[in-house]
Amino acid sequence: MSLPSDLATLTVAAAQDALRAGELSSVELTQGILDAIRAKNDALGAYLTVDAEGALRVAADADRRRKNGEDHDLLGIPIAIKDLINVTGQPCTCASKILQGYVAPYDATVIAHLREAGAVPCGRVNMDEFAMGASTEHSAYQITRNPAAPDRVPGGSSGGSACAVAGELALASLGTDTGGSIRQPASFCGCVGLKPSYGRVSRYGVTAFASSLDQVGPLTKTVEDAAILLRTIAGADPHDQTCLDRPVPDYRAAARAGSLRGVKIGVPREYFVEGTDPEVMAQVRHGIALAEKAGAEIHEISLPHTEYAIAVYYICATAEASANLARFDGIRYGYREVGPEPSIQSLYDLSRTHGFGPEVKRRILLGTYVLSSGYYDAYYNRALKARTLVRRDFLEAFRHVDAIFCPASPTPAFPLNSTVNNPLQAYLCDAFTIPANLAGICGISIPCGRTATLNLPVGLQILAPAFAEERLLSIAAACERELAS
Amino acid sequence: MKYLVSIGLETHVQLKTDTKMFCGCRLSTEDEPNTNVCPVCLGLPGALPRMNAKAVRYTVMSGLMLGCEISRYAEFDRKNYFYPDMSKNYQISQNGHPLCIGGGVDIPEDGREGAPMRHIRINHIHLEEDAAKINHYARHSGVDYNRCGTPLMEIVSEPDLSSPDEAMAYLLKLRQILVYAGVSDCNLEDGNMRSDVNISIRPVGQEKLGTKVEIKNMNTFKGIHAALEYEIARQTEILNQGGVIIQETRRWDGDLGETFSMRSKENAHDYRYFPEPDMLPIELSEEQIAQWRALLPELPEQKRVRFCEQYGIPAYDAGVLSAQLPLANYFEAVIAAGAPAKSASNWIMGDFLRLLGAAGIEVTDCKLKPETLAALILLVEKRTINMPTAKALLEEVFPEGGDPEALVRERGLAQVSDTGAVETFARQAIEANPKPVAEYKAGKAASLQYLVGQVMKLSRGKANPKLAGEILARLLAE
Repeated sequence: MSLPSDLATLTVAAAQDALRAGELSSVELTQGILDAIRAKNDALGAYLTVDAEGALRVAADADRRRKNGEDHDLLGIPIAIKDLINVTGQPCTCASKILQGYVAPYDATVIAHLREAGAVPCGRVNMDEFAMGASTEHSAYQITRNPAAPDRVPGGSSGGSACAVAGELALASLGTDTGGSIRQPASFCGCVGLKPSYGRVSRYGVTAFASSLDQVGPLTKTVEDAAILLRTIAGADPHDQTCLDRPVPDYRAAARAGSLRGVKIGVPREYFVEGTDPEVMAQVRHGIALAEKAGAEIHEISLPHTEYAIAVYYICATAEASANLARFDGIRYGYREVGPEPSIQSLYDLSRTHGFGPEVKRRILLGTYVLSSGYYDAYYNRALKARTLVRRDFLEAFRHVDAIFCPASPTPAFPLNSTVNNPLQAYLCDAFTIPANLAGICGISIPCGRTATLNLPVGLQILAPAFAEERLLSIAAACERELAS
Repeated sequence: MKYLVSIGLETHVQLKTDTKMFCGCRLSTEDEPNTNVCPVCLGLPGALPRMNAKAVRYTVMSGLMLGCEISRYAEFDRKNYFYPDMSKNYQISQNGHPLCIGGGVDIPEDGREGAPMRHIRINHIHLEEDAAKINHYARHSGVDYNRCGTPLMEIVSEPDLSSPDEAMAYLLKLRQILVYAGVSDCNLEDGNMRSDVNISIRPVGQEKLGTKVEIKNMNTFKGIHAALEYEIARQTEILNQGGVIIQETRRWDGDLGETFSMRSKENAHDYRYFPEPDMLPIELSEEQIAQWRALLPELPEQKRVRFCEQYGIPAYDAGVLSAQLPLANYFEAVIAAGAPAKSASNWIMGDFLRLLGAAGIEVTDCKLKPETLAALILLVEKRTINMPTAKALLEEVFPEGGDPEALVRERGLAQVSDTGAVETFARQAIEANPKPVAEYKAGKAASLQYLVGQVMKLSRGKANPKLAGEILARLLAE
């Protein structure tokens, strides 16, 4: 095959074919990515930091490993990492001032898996501070632009991950999804974003936002690439009790064999309502029609508790976050500020007041409030009960259908600075992605055409039961094919 | 006015596991500060807890020994508070679903030996992680995270204790049982066992408990006793003067011997407990609990009864020998090595405990092996050596151990039980001591003992004294 002049335009699968064929070395490939970053990052702001030297060293090592007979789908493949996943020796700021200068002393389990496979962690990509936001505008360091429309947001919180892949500054990236933080930016930027089932991928070494909702997942150019990454990072981890010991099937094979014939697809009426952009709806309906043409059965279904999802999420997630972020106190690491009269209280107050951004502080306060004595039952406890209802909606739906099709986001990418001062409106962006996190099921967003007026990417979200990633990837890959033809 | 006292204890016990509660770091108090630490116990971004299964087993075993109901379903919770001793600024503890519920121990009324027994109820036992140690210096403070994450079991009693002496008896009983179970050293100096107390008083005749005051910061049993005494006096004084007790937490100052208000109810911490999302609930099957029940050691009281029945030793001796597990084990090891139970009991209760006391050491630190003591006892039993020789030998081998049989051989200490040899000494003694002989013949029985002493002297201590007595009596009767 002939290689493109810009290696960053390759898919993971194509790059690996070239590496295996000896047409390309990992060092050349990595240098190609570094060149693309140098050329475009100033304009797009996807990466916060790039470890060029380290990446080239790992790439050279991957080339040696290949010479010694090793082989893996990710051997020698550079991957961009969201800035909350710990990579030994690299900064891990979570896009927060409170972790400015913090260098990770250990590898997250997903990074250990990538290293074992021979992948090259090449740089840290931007995000909303501590993954709190849906636009990446809540980064303490820089804004990230949508490569499809540079005056618009890339979505978030994994906005840097989506921008790097869609903007061709990376072959693939890792992000995290707590309430849509992989799927929504993937839909905004026009790439594939996969949120695995809760317990499929280890969270060890991934800075926690909301422990019962967070999952690491890939953002890629194709469904097959997402399958390759998932297969590498999934599986039980003795360091994470919530990561379950379930077999890791050959996801890539599932994606390659993808078919829609006889697949029962549920279309939830609660996702096609007023408030959903009509042009987004039209594109998603087009995608569903293509699936039907390819042999799928379409059923209208109901997920009756959808309307409670946002409220439940902003109680559960903020409650957990209020405790998870308590460790950032200026005592052991990170930003420290002491007043003119040093005391432990002034150290806490000033370090946290000036270390955290406004959105993070808002959520810590919310979470602290809903757990407070006297309010716990009214908020947190009720939210847990409502969460069970949302989960049951999906269990019931999946008794009748194999997968659910819906928009990943009610709107396409919105202009920069349009939601920063309206947190409530910003929270509504996650309405279609949050339920999957509450239920612990898996979901993916794949590019599904563009809006008619502004030509903005639209994401088709496909949801499948917990630990049914094989089915999810098979259906998604088949849809991807139909949409491409 | 007379008042009734109600005391409840929250007792923290460090479990004797090899590693910490939620990570693989070694448990050690002797290492340099902050050497037994990792991302988990330092609360680094991204670190997650993983459960120490042994700590769960130890807590369940403690619950079984204290008569608790073991939860089939237990959960961990996050207890939120900011302080540098807790690296995550929340402690993983148990609030809603602890491992053990109910239970209790029996103690003698007012802690008096031999008084009728009272049952002190336990509310529950939960498992949590210990905090780091903060060291204060002249101009700064330092945090040592070596201790952070040590498995800590908290035993919460009902307010059933009615005096400081009962509180002491309760703590001693807990310690005895937990050391017996092998779950903790309960060493107060090392901070293995610490207690907070709550105390209220009410006029005699009043049903409802008075206002509760919590006291913290007692490092010793003596401190707990003193703090309770002080607090009873303080509260009595307030009520006698017509005042009211404020619900608050007070701090004991051991140097001043007083308690000081730390915070009132209004300023009490809101710990904002919620289920720990990083941990799975603990689900215990009947089989699992049965398996752990089978690992339980005999309780001290059960052992005392068995010692009486099995070895035929007096109840008092059985009580002393069973009070501490190491001593009880030592006693049974001496028997297992062949010594008759009654002799073993006599030797341990007498010379052995005396020598331990004089050396100021515990049974576990003693270098005299039970087999050695048994060998010594057997030398007496077989009349190879006599009692004074044996006692002298024990003194000699006690500090560092040794082989009594070899010593007896090397030094020719074996007592002479050869009738002919003893008779020769006896005849010499009679010849050389006409006066006592005459006295004996005149009816003064005690003079025989003098003559036995002479035989012992002539034999340089080796004659069997009993045999010497018999032979002398026979010769003098001729």
